[in-house]
Amino acid sequence: MSTEVAPEPVRSRRFKFNWVDGFLWFLRVAALIAIVVGVVGSIQQFADGEGPSAAAWRDLIVSSISTGSMYGLIALGYSMVYGVLGFINFAHGEVFMSGTMVGLISATMLFENGFWDSNPWISILVVLVVAMITSTLVAVAIERVAYRPLRGAPRLIPLITSIGVSFFVQYSFAGLFGVAIRNYPPAPSQLSGNVDILGIPIAGTRLLVIGVAVVSMIGLWYFVTQTKTGSAMRAVAEDKEIAGLMGIDVDKTIVTTFAVGGAMAGVAGLLWALLFRGVDFLTGFLPGIKAFTAAVLGGIGNMPGAMLGGVLLGLFEGVGPQLVLAGLGIPAVSQLKDAVAFAALVLVLIFRPTGLLGERLGSEDRV
Amino acid sequence: MPLLEIRGLEKQFGGIKALGGVDFHIDEGEIVSVIGPNGAGKTSFFNVISGMFPPDDGTIVFDGDNVAGHLPNEITKRGIARTFQNVRLFPNLTVLENVMVGQHCRTKQGIWGTIFQTKAQREEEQMIEDNAKEVLSFFGTRLAGYRHDQPAFVLSYANRRRLEIARAMATEPRLILLDEPTAGMNPKETVELTELIGKLRSDRGLTVVIIEHDMKVVKNVSDRVVVLDHGVKIAEGDYDTVSTNEDVIEAYLGRPHGEAGDDEESEYE
Amino acid sequence: MSLDPLTRRWGLIGGAIMAFTGAIGMLVSFDERILISPILSLGYLTLLLAPAIAGHMAARGKVSVLEEPEHDVAQGAQKGLVAGLIAGVFAVVFMLAVNPFDLSEFFPNINDRMFDMMTFDFGLGLGSVVLIVASALAGAAGGAIYGLDDEPREGVFRSAIWVILFSLFELVVSDVIEVDAIVDLIYARGGGLHIWSAIIIGVLAWWLGVRYKGRRAELTQMAKDSEAGSRLRWSLIGVAALLVIVLPMLVGGIVNELLINVALFILMGLGLNIVVGLAGLLDLGYVAFFAVGAYGMAVLTSPLSPAFSPELNWWVALPVVMVLAAIAGVLVGTPVIRMRGDYLAIVTLGFGEIVRILILSDWLTPFLGGAQGITRIPGIPLGATSVSGTSPELFIYMTMLLVGVAAYISYRTQESRIGRAWAAMREDEDVAEAIGISTVQAKLLAFVTGAIIASFAGALFSAKVGTVFHNSFDVLVSIIILVVVIVGGMGSIRGVALGALILIGVLGGPKSQGLLGEFAEFKLLIYGAILVYMMLQRPEGLLPSVRRSRELHQEEAAQDAWLDKKGSFIEEPEASV
Repeated sequence: MSTEVAPEPVRSRRFKFNWVDGFLWFLRVAALIAIVVGVVGSIQQFADGEGPSAAAWRDLIVSSISTGSMYGLIALGYSMVYGVLGFINFAHGEVFMSGTMVGLISATMLFENGFWDSNPWISILVVLVVAMITSTLVAVAIERVAYRPLRGAPRLIPLITSIGVSFFVQYSFAGLFGVAIRNYPPAPSQLSGNVDILGIPIAGTRLLVIGVAVVSMIGLWYFVTQTKTGSAMRAVAEDKEIAGLMGIDVDKTIVTTFAVGGAMAGVAGLLWALLFRGVDFLTGFLPGIKAFTAAVLGGIGNMPGAMLGGVLLGLFEGVGPQLVLAGLGIPAVSQLKDAVAFAALVLVLIFRPTGLLGERLGSEDRV
Repeated sequence: MPLLEIRGLEKQFGGIKALGGVDFHIDEGEIVSVIGPNGAGKTSFFNVISGMFPPDDGTIVFDGDNVAGHLPNEITKRGIARTFQNVRLFPNLTVLENVMVGQHCRTKQGIWGTIFQTKAQREEEQMIEDNAKEVLSFFGTRLAGYRHDQPAFVLSYANRRRLEIARAMATEPRLILLDEPTAGMNPKETVELTELIGKLRSDRGLTVVIIEHDMKVVKNVSDRVVVLDHGVKIAEGDYDTVSTNEDVIEAYLGRPHGEAGDDEESEYE
Repeated sequence: MSLDPLTRRWGLIGGAIMAFTGAIGMLVSFDERILISPILSLGYLTLLLAPAIAGHMAARGKVSVLEEPEHDVAQGAQKGLVAGLIAGVFAVVFMLAVNPFDLSEFFPNINDRMFDMMTFDFGLGLGSVVLIVASALAGAAGGAIYGLDDEPREGVFRSAIWVILFSLFELVVSDVIEVDAIVDLIYARGGGLHIWSAIIIGVLAWWLGVRYKGRRAELTQMAKDSEAGSRLRWSLIGVAALLVIVLPMLVGGIVNELLINVALFILMGLGLNIVVGLAGLLDLGYVAFFAVGAYGMAVLTSPLSPAFSPELNWWVALPVVMVLAAIAGVLVGTPVIRMRGDYLAIVTLGFGEIVRILILSDWLTPFLGGAQGITRIPGIPLGATSVSGTSPELFIYMTMLLVGVAAYISYRTQESRIGRAWAAMREDEDVAEAIGISTVQAKLLAFVTGAIIASFAGALFSAKVGTVFHNSFDVLVSIIILVVVIVGGMGSIRGVALGALILIGVLGGPKSQGLLGEFAEFKLLIYGAILVYMMLQRPEGLLPSVRRSRELHQEEAAQDAWLDKKGSFIEEPEASV
């Protein structure tokens, strides 16, 4: 008893306009216009001979990339943990901080007996190893005490726990080391000069930072793609239950993930010391959040993405204020560095939550 | 004019065509079954009608208006309610609350009424509760009495399915989409539910689209059967015509000559 | 005798805690607070609590659901003794290991004062023995307490808790009593209870507990009954309200100041509770709305507001501030409307920080005063007087008024159409939308309501302090409000109040001091530890809402319901699942 279908004009895709989408589009357009106007303004200023010189711009870019590659290394830890356990390990910034703080002890001791200046490379290697071991141990301990009992808990519980862990670690270090900012010894003389690359002078420390980051990244890439442990990690990230059925020790793999992420944070701890020297117990907070931004920017769960995201975020916050905000006539833009980083975070999460290299973020992944 | 008329509905998920231009219509007061093998796109069909995913192309005309691309809550408000294949209740709300929350789109008290406890608010709250109890009484003793204050997660599987239907009924729909309502039920419960589906029309005046695997149920309830396979409608008609249709048999049993090819289509439901 | 691995483990954990609290300077710092003069300071309580808990846990052993736990004093004490011994030895080994080196350059708190404290001033040799013995005894006591029968065990706990409460709340109690002669009877001059007053309090607590045990059971029974229960609830609320009204009159300025802070956090907690607890949106940038309230009020009322200074009356400005907060709620809420869970948390965190950085920046200094902030914000005009932080006795009532408003709003919305929509959305957003709830509206409503309540707090805050600076609005505030809500119990009004009282009142808020104000440096450490502990052991909070605890204990509840059903007479043919 099928009825005769009345002929009706078929208008496809008459999708209802939704004001939330409208608002988001407005934001997109506004952000784009602001960026374009700002960049044009800055170029104008540059042409008029105002603002930073060409050399200053170049230094800004190089330093942004080196800071960014440090963010990238921290971001790896966020990315890997998110990939495997599906939550933001808020305390990862503290893992990084613990590496720099303990590394400081070894650096100071080496400096005091003159070894730092006589054998700079070995000294840096020692500090690197100390920082890596510390960060790894802290990361593994956190996993054991705070996260392991929470397997299978509702999604937000581990996140909230990690906030608590973050506080606990921060203020434990405040208690252990005191609250004052302490400085690493000055970089060895071999590093303080400039190195010419393709005719461009680049500060030695920055070059070292970029180099160390790239080497660690390659090492990690090799580890994850070429070793058995690495493939176990990827399997666990894909599906814990199935991986367990396939004979993979899930708990052990998760510990390995934390350990590797911690080790990378330890490397980043050394890089922080080379770049900024000053450390205190709050050192981990901002880089931590920025590294998380970097991980999201590159596509969370994606390792090359984390590194790319780190460098991009470094550029955003380093160059962005000068390039965009100064062009808009905003005073004292360098104060807004962190705001730019956070704005980048907000914009990325709103407009491209899968990140640049992220593949999928199904609805379950985002619940 | 049909109550719901769908033309050329298309939906892709990452390169896989879940729906490839489906035409469909249902008249007021009809009960139509949608059948098809696993992965035929039946649930996608429901998801697109109910607005959980916007269609890539096509029109969905409900009661004279094209609702394609509207948000799910707007579509529910217009009078299309649904249940889910894998029963999705609000497990920590009580049975009664689960049904009360279904009344949301038919009620309107806002924050002011709530804060100042206006007369209108109190009356509406009472009405919501009465309506919810009335809807639950549709299932006889199954969801009655002490059950009202139990959290939904303590219910048995069959009762969860019933509660989900009750929640859908509470939205006061004209058209209700039931996604495998008898899945996981024992024969006795299945018979009972089959009767209930008939009562949805006779007592409540609802139009029903039902996805079902149990052919006995399909045979007993439906005026008309629509068969989907690989996102395309391959047959339509009353149960006897469809059940003897060669394409349908082929879709369920595979091609007689065993051609290789798309047999391994993924299970996108 | 073989060593039970669990005992060893708890002993080592206890020892590690002793060493850790020593190394971070907590013990030395806490030693300055006398609890019972002259024998017990907070420092020694902390030091010996670690082995005591270790002993208790060792005696408890593995908890089995199937077997009734054994209670045997001697056995418990023995296990506890071993655990405490291990803990003490661990602590001593730690001290001996670090003693030869001068670590003060890196670890300023591993110093002579720490050694003196941990060795009871007996020197490292004799002191180590004393520490081990004390630790073992504490462990044995902890274990023995576990071994006691239910009734005496509860009595011991009750006495201990009341003695500690009385000594911690010395300031409040002496404020309430006021008569110096009586205060001197209870408390020693240098702080802390007298030994005899501690004993009296302990015995009294025990005796009253035993005396009113039956009465308490009666009340619990009454609470279950619906009609008597509601009467009971209302009378409890009445008593609480009376206490809330009378208490500020009895206590002095310092305690009132503290109560105002508690009340401000209850206010913000209630607001955040709507967003997180009811609607399930984890907002880590909640402080931004507090900032909108505070700065909005500052700009509108202060004569020193840099750019725009209408110098309005507080009461006139309040609605304007509320509107501003509502707009801010929509502005923050709209872009994040499609976001879920942890991404939402991070984006809101980003928003909160952006607001603070912008306030501080030179760019907005012409409007908001930058690092100088805005000063000379007038108080709240009330009749002829102006109520501000300088008269905390009056200000507390203003704060409580708005807390009442916020609590009423939360209470009413919870069990309403809106509250149900929020609950549904929290449980399953897709389904909520599919059954006709506009999640856009529901989320925005939650954000806006939360924002307005936070702006109340901001408006009160600026009138109280008289100045606003950027540093009152950092991310720490957001997180502490969240901790208050979580510790108290998400979705529960009483929970939020309790959480704020315990955390803000005792430990102190981000910028304010609690009753343990002198230990500000360990405040956030304790916050972090509490948060982790709560998440691991009691995620639903101290006073949970019914729904929340269902959510977190679904399996157990399902089992209980199944057991109940088995025992009941209702018979139904159900499909076996």
